[in-house]
Formats: sequence, structure tokens, C-alpha cells
Amino acid sequence: MAYIAMTTGFVLILIGLYGALTNRNILRMIVAFTVANTGVNLVMVAVGYLHGRTAPILDAAVPVAEAVERIIDPVPQALVLTAIVIGVGVTALMLAYAYKLYESKRTLDISAFKDLKW
Amino acid sequence: MIRRLFVVLLLFGLAMVFSGLMAGYSPDEVLNLSARYYAEHTAQDIGAANIVTAIIVTFRGLDTLGEVTVLFLTAAIVGLVLSHGRREGRGSGRELPPAGELLTTGTRLLVPLILLLGAYVFVNGHLTPGGGFQGGAILASAILLLLLTDPLRRISHRLITAIESTAGLVFVGIGLLGIVLAGGFLDNRILPIGSLGELFSAGAIPIIYSFIGLKVGAEFSSMLAHLSETEDL
Amino acid sequence: MTLLIAMSLLLSITIVAAALLAIRGSQSLAISILAAGLVSLLASVQFLLLAAPDVAMTEAAIGSGLTTFLFFFVLGRVRGGEHD
Repeated sequence: MAYIAMTTGFVLILIGLYGALTNRNILRMIVAFTVANTGVNLVMVAVGYLHGRTAPILDAAVPVAEAVERIIDPVPQALVLTAIVIGVGVTALMLAYAYKLYESKRTLDISAFKDLKW
Repeated sequence: MIRRLFVVLLLFGLAMVFSGLMAGYSPDEVLNLSARYYAEHTAQDIGAANIVTAIIVTFRGLDTLGEVTVLFLTAAIVGLVLSHGRREGRGSGRELPPAGELLTTGTRLLVPLILLLGAYVFVNGHLTPGGGFQGGAILASAILLLLLTDPLRRISHRLITAIESTAGLVFVGIGLLGIVLAGGFLDNRILPIGSLGELFSAGAIPIIYSFIGLKVGAEFSSMLAHLSETEDL
Repeated sequence: MTLLIAMSLLLSITIVAAALLAIRGSQSLAISILAAGLVSLLASVQFLLLAAPDVAMTEAAIGSGLTTFLFFFVLGRVRGGEHD
């Protein structure tokens, strides 16, 4: 299970990077970045998975005394939670800049923006 | 064409690195030391049934403070970048067909329920999956529904800012109370821990997570409102 | 257990297919954005299978819900730039 999810995550990272490097439309590049972002999250959660264990929530099914033997690693989950929330913030920022770039040049083609090139 | 070849070569190298990582990975059989500590001590020290919540709000509470700060900065920068030269008044002057009866009535029916669900999710963050970030996103989706029904509606930015700054101040204030009354910054034991699995348990975690939820909801709403208030180009 | 693995495998194949659809440059941008949202949504099911319900909820609400709408708000504004 962990291996399947991890492979999927790595493949998503590669697909996302390929899309971000080959597309010329800025919005398409941002879409590709969100795909890569999902891949990173998938890899991190897969690392914390332990075979045959359950979610880190203590209740009647997972009493406190057995918790160490029954739950998976909660730390990567907390990290990924943070990463997802920051990820949407970064995406919103990229979209706001894309809008401003379109406002200035009336195009989303990345090769039209060469003001800093010399 | 050469460019694409370079890209494929680069990704091939990266794939080699990833496959090396995969080959060297062996799943743990038991929890590592930090996870073991959290699993053993959460119930008696923190009193929260959901260990992920306990880690986010108390063990690594400072990270969460930094995280909501990053979100606040993002929302502020989105507002700053998009607000330049925006015309005052209602919308950009274009005529929109009115939203359908179904959407209008559905919104009126659903928005209070969505807000209630959001509040439920972040108040119960220490017992069930969910918490401030998920609840905040659900609150923002209620605002999104309002924006979809009437794209020219102006959400009051002053209200959003007031909610956000109050929630942030209360979050830091509770954290500082932890230094005075308990063991350190963002310590949840300023209130009694109670018994595991009840709504009023886990000390200050439900209160802190509720304010995080309000803050995150306000930040996402302000991002959505700013992006929807842009003009057609 | 084998059922779980089969589900996970099927899910992974669908995720990769949706991701390939999302980055293909030749179809409309709206479909790309929806496919990226689908990747997030299916990844949240995968998180559930990996025993991470908190992360699954966050990914479904934030990664797949809000992000898609942020994209569509901007896409609606830059109609002319879609075919660059």
C-alpha cells in the first residue's frame, strides 16, 4: 500500500514538473505545479504509513494503552496538513500574479515576458 | 525540440533519484521515538483524542502560528496586488443575467447549514478528524456560494478584516496566557483537561482551534472575494 | 487486505491518468483545471486508504474545492489568454 501510494506520488511529481517545464501558458504551468504539490503530499503521507495499523485517533476501538501498537505515525500527517494549507496560499498568489501579468501584456504566453532578459 | 530533450533528460535524472529513494526505503515495523512519545503522552498530557490535532495545536503550536501568519501574508499580498486601480462601486458595469431560482433558494437554505457544519468541524477538532483548517475552508465555501449566486455582491472586507485580526489576537493571547498560567507558550493546560473523548476536554484546544478556524475562514474568504472582484480584461 | 490493495492500485492508475490529462497542452484550460481538481479529490481518497482522515478532509476541502474555484475565477477574467 505504502509502496503504491509512494510510486504514485513520485510519478505525480515528475508529471507535474514536466508540465510546468514544457507548457508555455502561465495558467497551465500553475495547474502543473498543483499536480506536483499533490504528489509531494502523497509521498509524505505514504512514508508515515505502517502496515496493518489505523488512524491516530484514540477512541473505543483504539484504547490509550494499545495506542503505541495500533496507530500509524501522526507527525507526517500534521506536516502534510500544513503543506496543503500553505499550498493553496501559494497557488492563490501565483494566480494573482498571473492576472496582473495578463493585465500588463494581454497575453499569458511566458515567452512574451522578457523585460528582464538581456 | 532541444529544449524538450533537456527537460526529458532532467526528469530522467530525477526519476533515477526517486527510484533510488524507493529502493532504499524499508517500512518501519514500530513507531519511531517521537511518534511513540506522542502516542504515549497525548492522552494524559493533552487530553485530546485526535493525536494529529494535539500535535498541530500544542506540541507544534508555534508552527501553526507561523502557518496562519503565512496565510495572512498571502491574503494580504493577494489583496495588495489585485486592489490596484480597482474602480469603486458595484461591479464593472456589465449586465449579468440573474442567477436561477434554484441557486438563489438553495443558497438561502444551504449557507446557514454550511456555516453550522464548519463550526461543528472545528469545535470537534480534538475528538474527530477535522479541525480549524478544514472548518475554515468549509466556512469559506459558504462565502463562495454567496459569490456564485450574485457575482456582483460585495463581501464586506472590513468585517473579514475585523474577524481575522480579532481571531489572531485571541490566538496569541491564549498562547501568552499559557506562559503565565501553565508550562509555556500555547500550553493548553490553562483549562482543566477533563476526560478523554468529551467535548469540553483537552484544555484550551477547542478554543484555540475555533479561533484558528475563524482566522483561516476569514483569510480564504478574503482571497476568494479579492479574486472574484477583479475586472474582466 | 487484497481488496484494499486492488482499490489503491486502481485509484493510483486513475490519478496518474487524470494528471496526464491535466498537463496536456492541447485541450481547453477548463478541462485541465477540472482534471487537476480530480487528481486532488482522488488523492484524498488515497489518503483515507492510508489511514489519514485529517489529511483527506483537508485535501478534499482545500486542495480540490477551493483551489479549483480560485482557478476558475482567474480563468473567467483572462478569456483571451486561454489559447496562448
